This record gives sequence, structure tokens and C-alpha cells, in this order.
Amino acid sequence: MIVSNATDKTVKKLLINGQSHDVVIRSADLLLDTLRSQLGLTGAKPGCGNGDCGACAVVVDGKPMHSCLSLTIEAVGKSITTIEGLQDSPIQKAFIENWAIQCGYCTPGFIMNCYALSETYPDADDETIEEWMQSNLCRCTGYQEIKEAVKTILQIKKDQRPAQ
Amino acid sequence: MIPFNFDYYKPSTAYEAVATYQMAADAGKEVLYYSGGTEFITFARTNQLKADVVIDLKSIPECTVLEQNGSECVIGSAVSLNELVTFNLFPLLGETVKRIADHTSRNKITIGGNVNSRLIYREGLLPFLLADAKVKIARKEKEEIVPLADLYKQEITLEPGSFVVQFIVDHAYTTLPFSTLKKTRMSQVGYPIVTVSALKKDQDIRFAFSGVCQYPFRSFEMEKILSDGTMPEQDRIEQALSKLPGPILHDSYASAGYREFVFKNTLADTLQMMEGNQ
Repeated sequence: MIVSNATDKTVKKLLINGQSHDVVIRSADLLLDTLRSQLGLTGAKPGCGNGDCGACAVVVDGKPMHSCLSLTIEAVGKSITTIEGLQDSPIQKAFIENWAIQCGYCTPGFIMNCYALSETYPDADDETIEEWMQSNLCRCTGYQEIKEAVKTILQIKKDQRPAQ
Repeated sequence: MIPFNFDYYKPSTAYEAVATYQMAADAGKEVLYYSGGTEFITFARTNQLKADVVIDLKSIPECTVLEQNGSECVIGSAVSLNELVTFNLFPLLGETVKRIADHTSRNKITIGGNVNSRLIYREGLLPFLLADAKVKIARKEKEEIVPLADLYKQEITLEPGSFVVQFIVDHAYTTLPFSTLKKTRMSQVGYPIVTVSALKKDQDIRFAFSGVCQYPFRSFEMEKILSDGTMPEQDRIEQALSKLPGPILHDSYASAGYREFVFKNTLADTLQMMEGNQ
């Protein structure tokens, strides 16, 4: 039943962006640190370290999670998507086309959250968008453009649905 | 980064979890139960909390159950706050926890973690206090179901090694009229200056509060005054205020004076909503 002990580092498999990776971890390692320092997946950004800013957000089994508030060991056996897994995706294009980026530091976290929202609630209303987006902070305050990007991606998904 | 090492266990039964705790504690180790883990990581990262052994409860099926079982609504302690909102078996609980932290954090924070939090707010408790909930506890010898009111004295007090497995609410309480209002200093997301949750049973309105004093509470004395329809609303609120179980909080989020002002207004709004249901 022990999954990982205090004295030794253990090798675990993580499923990230559809690929299996071996990582060598302590029980106390945080998912954010493992992604960035062991796997070079530096898209998830360290910010507040408390789950307040959302810059570190990744998607775990379809749900947005603060990777700074997750132990790596908790993510074993789950499917993790990081910003690197969304290259050339419609959500990335929607952010570019709506100028929803200023300094860019918060952008990966926002995109991951918007991606999970659009996958979970393709018909999300303004209230739902607002509720989800409250999890991320943009200190450049580009919220309006980000909201437009979310609406763009929801519209694209709507347009792609087969007519009933 | 968490600056210390710990053993990480993931038991699949409550019995295993308690036995593991016991074994480690007997060996002189500092042991913690872990559910969502947001609070543990936050405090551990800054050396405010330390453990030699961490026991993750999320693989115990009893702790992740969320179902209506006959006349009872059973809520596992490792159910996330967002799952409570999505499945909405107990609407007052769903509405209350929807205002705890932010949406992404609520995917990780569990109801068991919230009610056992080191933070003083623990708003997830309010609906359970109002609905006379029972709690299933895993103890060294056995599991036991006890009324929450018997365990809750400013916090849930359990002997070392025991933990909350489930909250059990009579289904009848989940369909009663309710109101829950949270007032924060500025944004939608934040600690409460005041949270007032209310539930109407028969002709009586029950009230529970967070953010007002050092701990969440339900006060029968205040409920009696607030439900006395023979008195004008403002008099009821003033009299209820004099029955608070402790001093009003005074901190960087709100002065005691401002908190009292917000408390009175929120109570007035709650009374109007609940009495409008008559």
C-alpha cells in the first residue's frame, strides 16, 4: 500500500500529452516542479505557489488543476495535459487572434483553463465563463480579450457540431 | 518545493488507513491524513506544517461516495467541492461551497478537508450544522456514526488516528427552502467577512455563520430570537447580535465595526428572503 517512501526517490510513470514519461520523484515533489525541472515542460508557470494565480494550471483527467498544489505522486495513473500538448490548437489560435496576450506569463494557465471549460461545457454561458476564469489572474488586466477568446472557441465548437 | 520528505500511503479501505496511522504513530512518527491536500501543500511549503507520513484517503471508496441511499444523502469526505456543486444532491451545500476558493481549486479541495481546515472559516460545515447531519467516523476499533453536533465544539474533535469518512444528511433536509449569502471584502473569490446560511424547517428558520467569530457556529439562542415574528426585524437582529458566542473578528480583511455592519445587513437580507418563503 505504500506508494512512495521518504528516504528513496522512486521511478514513476506519468502520462503527459498522450506520452508516457518516467520520472524520478520524492513523495514531496510537486507536479509543477516535476513538469518543469525533470521534463522540461516549462509552459506551466510558477506564480504564487498557493493556487491563487492559476499560472501553473494543467488539465488532469479533464479538469483544470493548480500543479503547484498537487503532489506528483497524485498524478500517477492520470492523464495530464499541459500547454505543450495544445500546440497549434484552436484555443491557442483564438488567444492570438483576439490579442488575449500581453506579457504572456499568465497565458498558459488561462489557455488550459479555457480548454477544459470548452471541452466540459461547450455551451457555457457568461456566468459559467466568469466563474471558471476567476481562477486565473492577469496582472496586465487583459480580461476582456481573454473572455472574447473563450467565446470564439465556444462558437467554433458550436459551428463544428453537425446540424440536427 | 516541500522542504522535507515523507512516506506516502494510499490505502484502499478505512481500516487500512487507521491501521497505517496507528503503526506509524506507534513508531513515533508524525502522521497526517491527506485528502485534497491544498492546505497541506500550502503550509508544508512554508514549513508551517510537517509530517513523516502522509495517508491519502482518496482511494477509499467510502470516502468518495456521493449518493442518495434510501432516505439519506451520503457524502464522502474526499468528494471535491466541485463534485458537490455538479451533482447537487444537497442544494444548500452546493450553493455554499460554490463560494469557497476559486473554481480550479475546488477541483482539488474536498469537503472533508474544508470542514477540518486549520483556517477559521470552514464554510462547508454550515449546511451540515443546519441539517443535523451525522458523521461516519473511522476509529481504531470500528466505524461509528455519530451526530455532528456531538463532535463539533468550535472544531471537529476526534481522537488521534480517527478521521471523517462520510457526512450523512436526511434527504428531507435537502429539499427545504434555504439561503446562503457570502460577503467578501472586494472580489468574488476570498475569505468571508460574513457568510450566513439559513434553512427553514416547519416555521422555524435555522441560521449558521462563518467569518463573524473565530469559528463557524450555529446558535439556537440566536435562532429563537431571529424567528420571533412578533418583534420588528431590526430589533431581532440587534438582540441576536448580543448573543454571539464570541467577539466579532477584527483583522486585515475587515474591522470588527465593519464586520458587524455587514453582518446586520446580511442577516436582514437573509430574513427577508426566508420570510418571503412563508
